[in-house]
Amino acid sequence: MKIKGAELIIRILLEKGVDTVFGYPGGAVLNIYDELYKASDRIKHYTTCHEQGASHAADAYARVTGKVGVVLATSGPGATNLVTGIANAYLDSSPIVAITGNVACPAIGKDSFQEVDITGVTMPITKHNYIVKDVNRLASVLREAFEIAASGRPGPVLVDIPKDVQQAECEYEPAEDAVEPQQYRNGKEAFAQAVKLISECKRPFIYTGGGTVSSNASKELLALAEKIDSPIGSSMMGLSAVSHDHPRFLGMTGMHGKLAASRVLSEADLLIAIGTRFSDRATGNKVEYIKGKKVIHIDIDPSEISKNIPAFVSLIGDVKSVLKKLVNELPPCDRKDWHQEVENIRNSSDRRLEKPKDELNPQTLIQAVNRHAPKDSVVCTDVGQHQMWTAQYYEFSKPRSFVTSGGLGTMGFGMGAAIGSCLGNNRKKTILFTSDGSFHMNMNEMVTAVSHQLPLVVVLLNNNTLGMVRQWQTLFFGCRYSNTSLERRTDYVKLVEAFGATGMRVSTLEELEPALEKAFAAKGPVLIEAAIDQDEKVLPMIPPDGTIKDIILKA
Amino acid sequence: MNSDEFILSILVNNEAGVLTRVSSLFSRRAFNIDSLSVGVTDDPKISRITIVARGDDYVKNQIILQLEKLHDVKKVELMPQTGTVMRELVLIKLNISQESRVGLMEAVSVFRAKVVDLTNDSVTLEITGERSKCNAFVEYLRAFGIAELCRTGLTAITRGPKTLKPDESV
Repeated sequence: MKIKGAELIIRILLEKGVDTVFGYPGGAVLNIYDELYKASDRIKHYTTCHEQGASHAADAYARVTGKVGVVLATSGPGATNLVTGIANAYLDSSPIVAITGNVACPAIGKDSFQEVDITGVTMPITKHNYIVKDVNRLASVLREAFEIAASGRPGPVLVDIPKDVQQAECEYEPAEDAVEPQQYRNGKEAFAQAVKLISECKRPFIYTGGGTVSSNASKELLALAEKIDSPIGSSMMGLSAVSHDHPRFLGMTGMHGKLAASRVLSEADLLIAIGTRFSDRATGNKVEYIKGKKVIHIDIDPSEISKNIPAFVSLIGDVKSVLKKLVNELPPCDRKDWHQEVENIRNSSDRRLEKPKDELNPQTLIQAVNRHAPKDSVVCTDVGQHQMWTAQYYEFSKPRSFVTSGGLGTMGFGMGAAIGSCLGNNRKKTILFTSDGSFHMNMNEMVTAVSHQLPLVVVLLNNNTLGMVRQWQTLFFGCRYSNTSLERRTDYVKLVEAFGATGMRVSTLEELEPALEKAFAAKGPVLIEAAIDQDEKVLPMIPPDGTIKDIILKA
Repeated sequence: MNSDEFILSILVNNEAGVLTRVSSLFSRRAFNIDSLSVGVTDDPKISRITIVARGDDYVKNQIILQLEKLHDVKKVELMPQTGTVMRELVLIKLNISQESRVGLMEAVSVFRAKVVDLTNDSVTLEITGERSKCNAFVEYLRAFGIAELCRTGLTAITRGPKTLKPDESV
């Protein structure tokens, strides 16, 4: 029996186990929305206020669930509004399938109403993209899109479907057996070399990234650390892979990493990098970063090996399976001296980094939220100082519990991400740390959270400035605060109340406690605005292209 | 060839937009590209792109690995400096009268070029060969005044029975 292209799209979504779609209707996707209407008992569609919010929601949903996130938008502006979200998913290797409508095939190339070449626009920010001009190819393209998004190093795939293809008829045939994912083969030699390097080194350091989280390899990672008696540090994307209180875990390294983690890393003679790509924010000066060290790089993407940091030995493949094999082949070893040195460094904290415990500041605020939050909450952030503070002070204990914009650094990511995370985590309490700068970018999505009564606790750190930029202006631009001091008069409490959410304002620790109690007891979304001094800094800080020797502890 | 030049042969799906994907990868990753030629292979579903690029081993390696990540790219091969037949075709138009053509036909014969069009006021020549030969011919013709010139870019194939085929798995 023949069915229409639009119905075929829904069938493939169901085939792929999709029950949640984020998007925004429009002229070129009317046929798809009509089919969604009929399938509303099986697929729940969440309409955001802006397509960007939908794209971030799909991205976050994918990160929290490990499934492919799906976002749907109309042609032209609908499609271009997805671009930031797609780029964000690309930089953080998050698997999403973006489906866009386009004008009918005969109208393509005529600058028709709401026509844009979205495959051309998104080519450099997708793993792959398609425009489907023949309805008979639609099923295979959509299946392939899901496979590409989820396989290997995950990432976004866009499928552009002209309106007449949605309306055209074709046969639907259920999927054949799924294709076996590609297996990477590392020669015995590579493993032997890795084993030799690890056995011979004196001061190993395991540096883990987002790949460990997306590969669900936390157990294998800890097994490696136990077997070779090594401390573990993490990139920001790698946070949550290891519980904050694990005795081997030193925390985040990099520009705003923990002092002890960065110090131990600099002392190491072997760096075992797992599922990470050595971003410039993570390494600082790349030459100094690896001075006196050899590097073993484990990643699923061969092009990451030696892209930013030269690898002495590389193991290509899914982090989980590579680690399993590696742990099996390694002889256990004891490194008492190194262990002792690591503990000494860990215990010699620097007083300059300490913040007063009896006042409202980023640290006391985040720690208070942490105390009130249920253990199974997902924590999201926007981008800026509050994001770094969250990475530093929040105690993550479960993989996939931290959703943040790492590679692209997208201000405005937070609200969409919190919505996607909440829905991906069975509508459990979800926390968003945001700021006056970031929140203003996509605060419209608070409306979406209200519509669906999502239990979000949005904690807005208000310092009336673009704090991270101000910090750089203070440190590197002679305190010339060009266009970062915001003279905004937004009343956040009134604002979110107008949207239908609950708003509260706190300026002391005393006010914070009851506010948090109320927020975590609420059913729908709540926003707490917390006053933060505009000269609070994210410290420590290794300046761009700097080293541990340049670390700033007080400013 | 310059020491940091290298030739890549790339088999790709013969689909719309593939050339854009490959060429935009070069600009996105800030790789230099000297010439690019493309055409369909004996299999109508597969096109072959030949790229001449420049860069050190790091760049060379990155280009290959990044190209291999493109879904439509089926095979990337670094062509060996020796043991590869390399050819380029150049068309050159000289708008010169019959009297000024002294020595031109001799050069055409020495370089094994061909006259493909001839009028009272113009000569159009075709030369096929390795780039050094083409370059030498073009240099020689400069004295006559080149009115128009176009080159196809290099294409290349290995000597001997070895062939370039898409990997089975992809």
